[in-house]
Amino acid sequence: MKRTTVDLWVGVFVTAGVAALLTLALKVGNATSVSASEGYIVSGQFDNIGGLKPRAPVKSAGVVVGRVVSIAFDDQKFTARVTMRIDKRYAFPKDTSASILTSGLLGEQYVGLDAGGDTTTLKDGDELKLTQSAIVLEKLIGQFLYGKAAEGGTKK
Amino acid sequence: MIAALDRGLRQIGHAVVEGVWKLGAAARFSWLVLIRSGECGRRPQLTLNEIYFTGTLSLIIIIVSGLFVGLVLGLQGYETLKRYGSAEALGTLVALALVRELGPVVSALLFASRAGSAITAKIGIMKATEQLSAMEMMAVDPFARVLSPIFWGGVISMPLLAAIFSALGVFGGYLIGVVIIGVDSGAFWSQMQANVDLREDILNGVIKSGVFGVAVTLIALFEGYDAPPTAEGVSYAVTRTVVTSALVVLALDFVLTSFMFTGV
Repeated sequence: MKRTTVDLWVGVFVTAGVAALLTLALKVGNATSVSASEGYIVSGQFDNIGGLKPRAPVKSAGVVVGRVVSIAFDDQKFTARVTMRIDKRYAFPKDTSASILTSGLLGEQYVGLDAGGDTTTLKDGDELKLTQSAIVLEKLIGQFLYGKAAEGGTKK
Repeated sequence: MIAALDRGLRQIGHAVVEGVWKLGAAARFSWLVLIRSGECGRRPQLTLNEIYFTGTLSLIIIIVSGLFVGLVLGLQGYETLKRYGSAEALGTLVALALVRELGPVVSALLFASRAGSAITAKIGIMKATEQLSAMEMMAVDPFARVLSPIFWGGVISMPLLAAIFSALGVFGGYLIGVVIIGVDSGAFWSQMQANVDLREDILNGVIKSGVFGVAVTLIALFEGYDAPPTAEGVSYAVTRTVVTSALVVLALDFVLTSFMFTGV
C-alpha cells in the first residue's frame, strides 16, 4: 500500500481514538465541574458521619461547591473530623453550618452547607463550628418507638 | 512405587525449570525490544505502518463489538434497574461498566485475537523462513527494524482502541436507554457525569488498557520469536498467543482493579 494512504488511515484512527478519549473525559466524566485542585480547605467535627466517603460532594442549596478531601477520627474528642475543599469561586460566611444529608432515600451521602449571617468569610484552614451529624436510621426508629410508647402511656 | 514417585517429582521439576527458563527468556526478550526502540524514533514510518496494521485494521471489530456491548448493557441494565425504580441510573451503570472494565478488557481480548495472532504468525514465519537471520547477516538489527516498531504500534493502538470501544458503548447504551426505551435524556447524562470521575475512572481505564497493550504485544512478539521454525510450531505459537494473552489480561485486570478501585 502507498505510504500516504497508510498515513491517512493512521491519522483517521488516531484522531478517532483521541476524539473518543475527549468524549469520555468531557461528556461522560466530570472534567468540567468543580476542579478539586483550586479551592480552600475547611474542616468540621461531626459526632457521626454515617456513610460519608472521601470525594463525596459538598453542596449548598443543592449546587456542588466542593468535595470531601479526607475523613479522620479525632481520638481526643471522639468525633469524626471531615476535611473538605471548597471551590475558590464561592465564599461562605464564617458561621456557616454543615450537616450530613442523604440524596434521595437510598442515595449517596453528602455534606450540605447552610450559609450564616456573619460578615467575615471562611478562609483556608478554618473550622466549621456548627455541625449536624448524619441521621442514623436505627436511632431514628428507636426514638420513634420511644415516642410512641410515651404517647400510648399518657393516653390511658 | 519409588520409581513412580521419582518420575513424578522429576516431571514437576522439569515443568518448573522449563517455565522459569521461558519466563527469563521472555524478560530478556522484552528488555531487548525496549532498549532497541531508538530506531522507531528515527524512522517513525516503521511505527506508523504497524499502527495501521494493528490499530486501524482492528477498528471495524472494535466499533461493532463496542456498540453491541453498549446496546446489551443498556437493555439488561434497564430491566434490572427498573425493578428498583432507578432507571435514570442507567447512564452511570453503562458508563462505569464500560470505562472501568469492559472497555479495556474486551478490547484487549479482541486485540489479542485480531492483532496479536497476526503478529505471532508474522514473526514466526519470518523466523521459519530465516528472514530474521538474513537481516542479521546484512547487519540490520531485527529487534530495531521489525520487533520494536510492532511493539510500539501495539502499545499506542491499544488505549485508543479501548477508548473508541468505551465511547461507542456509551453511545449504544444511550441509543437503547434514551432513544428506544425513553429514559430521560438529561437524567441519563447528568447522573453519568456526576458519578464518573475523570481521574478515578477514565484515567485508570486508560492506564489499564495501556498495560494490556504492553502485555498482549509482548506476548505475541515473544511467542512468534520463540516458535519452532516449522508450520506446526507457528500454528501452536499462534494458539498460545491468544490463550496466554487472554489469561494474562484477565489476571492483570484483577490485580489492577484491586489496586485502583477498592476505595483506598
